[in-house]
Amino acid sequence: MLETFAALGEPNRYRIVDLLRSGPQAVNDIGARLKLNQPQVSKHLRVLKDAGIVDVEARAQQRLYGLRPEPLRAIADWLERYRDIWQARFEEIDALIEDFKDKEKAHARKNRKPR
Amino acid sequence: MPARTANRDDMKVERVSDVELVVTRSFDASARIVYELWTKPEHMKRWWAPKAFGAIMYECDNDLRVGGKYRFVFGKEGEPKMAFVGTYKEVVPNERLVATQLFEPMPHVGEAIITTTFAERGGRTYLELRQRFPSKDVLDATIATGMTEGMRLTLAQLDELALAHSSDAAR
Repeated sequence: MLETFAALGEPNRYRIVDLLRSGPQAVNDIGARLKLNQPQVSKHLRVLKDAGIVDVEARAQQRLYGLRPEPLRAIADWLERYRDIWQARFEEIDALIEDFKDKEKAHARKNRKPR
Repeated sequence: MPARTANRDDMKVERVSDVELVVTRSFDASARIVYELWTKPEHMKRWWAPKAFGAIMYECDNDLRVGGKYRFVFGKEGEPKMAFVGTYKEVVPNERLVATQLFEPMPHVGEAIITTTFAERGGRTYLELRQRFPSKDVLDATIATGMTEGMRLTLAQLDELALAHSSDAAR
């Protein structure tokens, strides 16, 4: 997950991933669409491939780069995780509220005693 | 995208547009108390990086005034530290906070605007957290391609990815 994240942290790699959503493409086509030269595209594709985000397949005379679903699925599941984070945070706040109320009660008791 | 509702409480996470997420939740306390817990570093250290996610909050600098900056440094033990940073644009105690937010490891995605409101009704406080992400080139491209929902990769999703990642080991 962190590797996926790191790989996508570079703006042009993010654009490449975005472009490949429409389907596998050749290096030249990716470069033309994103206005990047071929060495740049190849370099980024290598990083994306190492991170397991893209895979290459030979079709006719071309080598086509396409997205592998697993790492992106993990990120797509993220919204669910996002909810879990806030759920956990809010539960901690609930606990803090309880602590706060207990303290106030103890304080009230202490103030009552001398009377 | 439909609202997602938690089972155990009234929390909702709603994606109201491609660049905006709204989280709502109520608390059994006055707005004064919730605001204090929300903003004071001594309390934030406990709730912002919840134990359930195995994350640690290393630093919590929170200069709570208009123009004041905050910096929340967090991470998992033995892993690189990461930070959310930003500047307060509006500070209305017990009512409303507006701040920018930048995730330091991915500065190119730009700043989000976070608006937090605290509304007290019948002894409860209704919190709304509205996160608006910038519609920059990358996001425009993401939206323009109109990918299927499951494949959608939004800034919102990336934004707290590091924290989500921290939970992997905890599960």
